[in-house]
Amino acid sequence: MRSLHALPRWADVGLIPLINVLTALVVSGIVVAIIGENPFEAMMVMVKGAFVYKGSLGYTLYYATNFIFTGLAVAVAFHAMLFNIGGEGQAYLGGLGAGLVCLMFDSMFPALVLIPLAIVASAGFGAVWGAIPGYLQAKRGSHIVITTIMFNFLAASIMVWLLAGRLKAPGQMSPETRSFSANAELPFIHDIANAFGMEMARSPLNLSFVVALLACVGVWLLIWRSRLGYAIRATGHSTGAAEYAGIPVSTVIIITMAISGGLAGMMAINEILGVQHRTILGFTSGYGFTGIAVALMGRNHPVGIILASLLFGALYQGGAELDFEFSTITREMVLLIQGLIILFSGGLAYMFNRPLAYILGALLTPRIGGGEPHG
Amino acid sequence: MADLWLQFLLTIDATLRVATPLILCAMAGIFSEKSGVIDISLEGKMLMSAFAAAAVAALTSSALVGLITAIGVSILLGLLHGLASITMRGNQVISGLAINILASGLTVTVGIAMFQQGGQTPNLARVERFRPIELPLAEHLGGVPFVGSIYREVVSGHNILVWIALTAVLFTAFILTRTRFGLRLRAVGEKPEALDSAGVSVTRTRYLALIIAGVLCGMAGAYLSTAHGSGFVREMTAGKGYIALAAMIFGKWQPRGALLACLLFGFLEAVASRLQGVEVPLIGEAPVDLILALPYLLTVILLAGFVGKAMPPRAIGEPYLKER
Repeated sequence: MRSLHALPRWADVGLIPLINVLTALVVSGIVVAIIGENPFEAMMVMVKGAFVYKGSLGYTLYYATNFIFTGLAVAVAFHAMLFNIGGEGQAYLGGLGAGLVCLMFDSMFPALVLIPLAIVASAGFGAVWGAIPGYLQAKRGSHIVITTIMFNFLAASIMVWLLAGRLKAPGQMSPETRSFSANAELPFIHDIANAFGMEMARSPLNLSFVVALLACVGVWLLIWRSRLGYAIRATGHSTGAAEYAGIPVSTVIIITMAISGGLAGMMAINEILGVQHRTILGFTSGYGFTGIAVALMGRNHPVGIILASLLFGALYQGGAELDFEFSTITREMVLLIQGLIILFSGGLAYMFNRPLAYILGALLTPRIGGGEPHG
Repeated sequence: MADLWLQFLLTIDATLRVATPLILCAMAGIFSEKSGVIDISLEGKMLMSAFAAAAVAALTSSALVGLITAIGVSILLGLLHGLASITMRGNQVISGLAINILASGLTVTVGIAMFQQGGQTPNLARVERFRPIELPLAEHLGGVPFVGSIYREVVSGHNILVWIALTAVLFTAFILTRTRFGLRLRAVGEKPEALDSAGVSVTRTRYLALIIAGVLCGMAGAYLSTAHGSGFVREMTAGKGYIALAAMIFGKWQPRGALLACLLFGFLEAVASRLQGVEVPLIGEAPVDLILALPYLLTVILLAGFVGKAMPPRAIGEPYLKER
């Protein structure tokens, strides 16, 4: 994602994402206006729904947890110039891994053993689902984009088949597993807060959020502070150069995709261990794709990803509020905003870069004193 | 025996119906990808045009006006994809994905605003849909052994868009291999600099390819909501655009191959829907979900080069930067 025109780093990291979001919001606002509602009113409803109402912040952070995981997944792959659009399927299979562990051991192990095991299983299942396309790209030359798309559908088919078949709880109709025992439940943040004597409104926010933040630290250490991270970035910048430097590029691609898939798989701990306490059909509901928008906005950096996840968390939670307040606009509005953000920050990335580089160049050059442009 | 034969013919008939949008979209994909532009936005273009066709057909009571609008909407999305991936030299996959997500959001949002039916359009009346065309003498010849039953069950009774889809395959093959534009289109996907130095505009050729792709996707969408179905339902494309993409790859970016792949994938779907809830000897209940997953699995296997090798156009996915 390097730009053709040099832009100061602060502008590329701070200004461009801001412009992208604003443009997306303006376009969506125009759609709202055409529909016949007041876009500013809609905006206020979303902001209130995301931050102001009791417990709404918890909901926002709960959604953000999902997006941190899937955003990190996309970002790690991006660093190796791999486009993993299979986050959806990897997260789905992560839910299978976590679910299987809980179904097998939830009456056997205490929470302190069971939950880590389930987390490992969710990451492991996701990792395998990411590593296979990685292998096919590295060794068989199939395009990772196409393979990961196919793997999303394959994951969906497998899950329908299992949840409507073997894993379905006996004696019920809906395609989902039985509920797990309390051992498999990640504690809610409001329960923890209440235990410490703090008043906190109920929300689905659970300990997964902390796991997600730890994953951010982990990804930062991996990409910028480890040998493997160096190999990943080198492969991303120039496969040829990496190979010359003795980096086993194929292996790096497979490992990167495994890590990416693992991170996406861990999204399941928020949904399955944190909230649903059983594996259900379609619990990923597009969060894997949102991860792409998050990674694009967050410039593939953990800090950026946390911020972008908060934004999308707020959009999702605020969007849900639209359903209650308006009869004509619904949460699907958020999909529209999301699509526009992906369009502006990804597909049309250079649309703002060039003019902005020009404007900033004109503004900043005199102050530097006509010196040589650097960087 | 006669019953089994009829069952078979009905499955083949269903195959054609299911394969029609796949064929149209796969041909669209061939135009766009042969010109060097990755097009995963087939899904979104089809979804938006399905909505446009049904919405406009409901408002104007004319299936034809619906179809024309659908094509227009789909072309516009194609131009947006072109703006991102040709003019702005952005990432083509991301642009396509954005269009797909945009389409999911926009169809439901506008649908609710227009019809207040949870994102659906009203049920379309007869005149607002493309009706089956009974071929002459279909009922009379139906009694003729073998040929007659094929004529009545499989050949007769399709709507115009099915026939257009089949013609589109011939059209695509003809354009690509027999016209100057087709030659340029293929060249622009393999070696754009060659075309550029010959004085042909790479940008123009790619935009034209995307416009043709838009027309084809528009017809596919209109087929779903105003011919095959009778109205728009949210997310009604349900991954068909991606299956068409898979079929195009499976057919190695060739019209004939893609047609066969679409028919194969359509056949799998037709069989799966017939086997819904049917007990199969030895296996038990037919694993319908797994049969439906076969197109994706087959495509992965083919792409991995385990059976044959699918080679994409060489310059695919790379924005062309004209040298100065």
